[in-house]
Amino acid sequence: MASKRLIDQMTAILGPEGVISEREQLRSYECDGLMNYRVVPDLVVLPETAEQVQKIVKLCHDEGIPFVARGSGTGLSGGALPVEAGVLIVLSRMRRILEVDIPNQRVVVEPGVINIWVSQAIADEGYYYAPDPASQIISSIGGNLAENSGGVHCLKYGFTTNHVVGAEVVLPDGSVVDIGGGKAPDAPGYELLGAFVGSEGTLGIATKITLRVVRKPEAVSTLLAAFKDTEEAGDAVSGIIGSGIVPAAIEMMDALCIEAVETAVHPGFPEAGAILIVELDGPQAEVETQFQQTIEICEEAGASEIRIAEDDAERALFWKGRKAAFAAMGRISNDYYVQDSVVPRTELGAVLKRISEIGREAGMRVANVFHAGDGNLHPLVLYDNDVPGEAEKAEDVAGEIVLICLEHGGSLTGEHGIGKDKMKYMPKMFTTDDLNVMQLLRCAFDPHHLCNPGKIFPTPRLCGERPGPFRMHPVQKAGLAENF
Amino acid sequence: MDNRNDSLDPRQSGNPYDAMDATERRTDPSTAQDQAGAQAVGAGSPQDLPDDTFASRGAVRQTVGIGRSTETGSYVFPAFDDHHPPEKDLIDDCVHCGFCLPTCPTYVLFGEEMDSPRGRIYLMNKALTEEPMNDQMVRHWDLCLGCMACVTACPSGVQYDKLIEATRGQIERRYQRSPQDRAFREMIFQLFPYPNRLRLAAAPLKLYQRFGIGDRLRKAGVMDMLPKRLKAMEALMPMLTEQQEVPEVTAPVGEKRRRVGFIKGCVQRVFFSDVNSATVRVLAAEGCEVVAPKGQGCCGALSVHAGREEEFQRFARNLIDEFEDQGLDNIIINAAGCGSTLKEYGYLLRDDAEYAERASAFAAKVRDVTEFIQELGPVAERHPLPVSAAYHDACHLGHSQGIRRQPRQTLKQIPGMEVREIKEAELCCGSAGIYNMVEPEPATELGDRKAKNVLNTGARMVVTSNPGCMLQIQASLKRMGESMPMAHPMEVLDASIRGEPVETLLRQ
Repeated sequence: MASKRLIDQMTAILGPEGVISEREQLRSYECDGLMNYRVVPDLVVLPETAEQVQKIVKLCHDEGIPFVARGSGTGLSGGALPVEAGVLIVLSRMRRILEVDIPNQRVVVEPGVINIWVSQAIADEGYYYAPDPASQIISSIGGNLAENSGGVHCLKYGFTTNHVVGAEVVLPDGSVVDIGGGKAPDAPGYELLGAFVGSEGTLGIATKITLRVVRKPEAVSTLLAAFKDTEEAGDAVSGIIGSGIVPAAIEMMDALCIEAVETAVHPGFPEAGAILIVELDGPQAEVETQFQQTIEICEEAGASEIRIAEDDAERALFWKGRKAAFAAMGRISNDYYVQDSVVPRTELGAVLKRISEIGREAGMRVANVFHAGDGNLHPLVLYDNDVPGEAEKAEDVAGEIVLICLEHGGSLTGEHGIGKDKMKYMPKMFTTDDLNVMQLLRCAFDPHHLCNPGKIFPTPRLCGERPGPFRMHPVQKAGLAENF
Repeated sequence: MDNRNDSLDPRQSGNPYDAMDATERRTDPSTAQDQAGAQAVGAGSPQDLPDDTFASRGAVRQTVGIGRSTETGSYVFPAFDDHHPPEKDLIDDCVHCGFCLPTCPTYVLFGEEMDSPRGRIYLMNKALTEEPMNDQMVRHWDLCLGCMACVTACPSGVQYDKLIEATRGQIERRYQRSPQDRAFREMIFQLFPYPNRLRLAAAPLKLYQRFGIGDRLRKAGVMDMLPKRLKAMEALMPMLTEQQEVPEVTAPVGEKRRRVGFIKGCVQRVFFSDVNSATVRVLAAEGCEVVAPKGQGCCGALSVHAGREEEFQRFARNLIDEFEDQGLDNIIINAAGCGSTLKEYGYLLRDDAEYAERASAFAAKVRDVTEFIQELGPVAERHPLPVSAAYHDACHLGHSQGIRRQPRQTLKQIPGMEVREIKEAELCCGSAGIYNMVEPEPATELGDRKAKNVLNTGARMVVTSNPGCMLQIQASLKRMGESMPMAHPMEVLDASIRGEPVETLLRQ
């Protein structure tokens, strides 16, 4: 628990309504979208202005208290997991759109603004904000920036980093800086923005973010194609990309995933071993020609059914099915463990085959839903936390999947971030020297290791510390002891 | 990193870059020009965004931090007993994705995790497995409006309705509320579920209203001295109209298509008796023989939403007794809040050996009146009503029963009728059963927000299917110095079928 003194100091900055210090209330903040790790923060603060954030961080810096920033708490790598004896800075009340500047294609927002609000705010002008993570109805721009979030349309339009042009940042010592450009697109000097976007909250807290918005395409065409299995669907993906078409999105879901989604949001997906959702956008003429080409490629690859979205409503239904995929897993399994590895597109077929083998050998169900276009896999290992040993087994299977991806020249994470969850795999992908360079950068921003410590980089294991997801001690479960 | 050139380290005192005027490139971002730009663009902003999103529009006052104060120091361990605690299986359906957050009224207002469905379920899990039930937990569960917007939003199919009902049952049985809180809740539950008592209580109200006592007291500042909950009740009191009694049996117009039971509701019967009369006339016009048993009491919806299980069961059994031997094809309700509970009778009486099956059979016959009319297929002639109406989804109709299309369809089948959508339609108006009486501050904020969105539609009138929503929106409009004609879909349809002029509806 936080000291009375700290509570008083924070209350002086934020007023009583901005400080949470009661145990039960703190516990609801003990994990983000990933429930496998839980740490009760000492204090939760809810600033409403950049100035308050600056004061909070300054106070933490002066007192040597570690702190973690959190947006909507939907992250899937434990990036917003609180630190012990630390302060959790929740930005959900900083949710104002500060400026809409269509002629310069920019929108300035506070970090707690929900991703989809940006597109809604400029819809009438014919513009939208391109990065669209599946959680876009709730995830915050600040969180998107920290994780360099992707989304189904990032194949063509790029990740968050391609759409953030500037940020006002509170550094870990409490100073405030502007990084990146203003209205002019390119600022000289070091590309600090590139380092900051995707730094998973370890380099500072963005309090004002300038986003690049883009014009809505003239035409959009979406189809859904059903295949016998993921290999066939994979062939179609290779075929489409190989032909020179750059689709706005290509998404694949396997049978298990289709089943879950169908129960959850009833998008009317066909029964199949795998389905692809392919979306093309751009000038009318180009979309028309390439769409026809895409249909032919899918047919050649053996598609048993091709459904074309007749209108916006049907397109929205396709995407609703795709975007609810993770959450829908709750329909067919109590718990799941999701990975976020990336593999070269050419390795997709081989890797998917290995994944299903690994699952079969371990006797675990693995559902697959992923951004097929850029090889970003999301294998979901299903398990039941209440069955002893299943959580460990699921983690082992997920770990093996990661290693397979690395073997095939892939990467640990496409968009969810390393956070707490994948840091132990970092040495598998990077050499010590590689990691040291990253540490040097981090130390330049945060020499005292106060800003979201214990994330990204593997830490030596302490005495008695056990790897793996959170497990309650039996004594604790019986109500005889509690975590402090 | 320690061997850097200290003279250039910006952390040292003074800014070493000052001499280069490098800081000049960073002009004050909030220039008047920028703000004007934001305002200009903000004007044409789209439907779906909350008003306080735009910095240029100024923030809406927020009741943040209201869930923080604690009163009694009560502490119950273990938090739940074995009689229907929130089910672990249902809790485990929640994967913590957070998709429910943007539609939860309290999260929208406070921006706090423990006042979101995800947070409340998390606390239930804690209470179920390790933590005692204490003031804070109860406070956050109490603050839930039970609007079930989260049930609509949840992709994992979490049955939050069952979870919160089970939790509230445990709270009411095990947790010690403060004496004032207990007394106030008891007063509500001794009054509202009993139409006769409510009518008696309403009688002096009529004099009170006729002589404008409320307005005079308000002017004299006396109202400010009332406790906030009583003040909220006073503000919500509707203008009383002449009581219209529904006959026990109403013959169908023309050929009989169905024999249906009609549930009169409590608040509906006393304060909105003309809605009941209109409903019965519409049903008869559509070829239904309508049976409204005289002995029927409350359906128990208010009780079950507040966790008063035994009281609910008593009401439910009585109502089943009244209706089951009447040879009915369907049982019709025109109040959303009652409808959602009536449809759950089977589940809610599952432990009752004598009534469980009968309750399921009863529930299977229950239909919201708009749902029923669309199912049956309208036959009565609709006369034109050239008017624009904003349709407000009552949470217990839209979220709890999934009935959104039917009431709109019912209105659109009337020639000349234009149905307008209200921004933030999924967001509760704050009425929520007894919520606006026990939690007046957040309820008022939500009510004002809804009223503003209703006004922004520019419609001539507002139509909704729940008496609570009507009272709530009316109270907020009045507070804002506005007014707008209000009607139940059945009143609108009745006017159309009877060929009344549109002015009848627009008369307040």
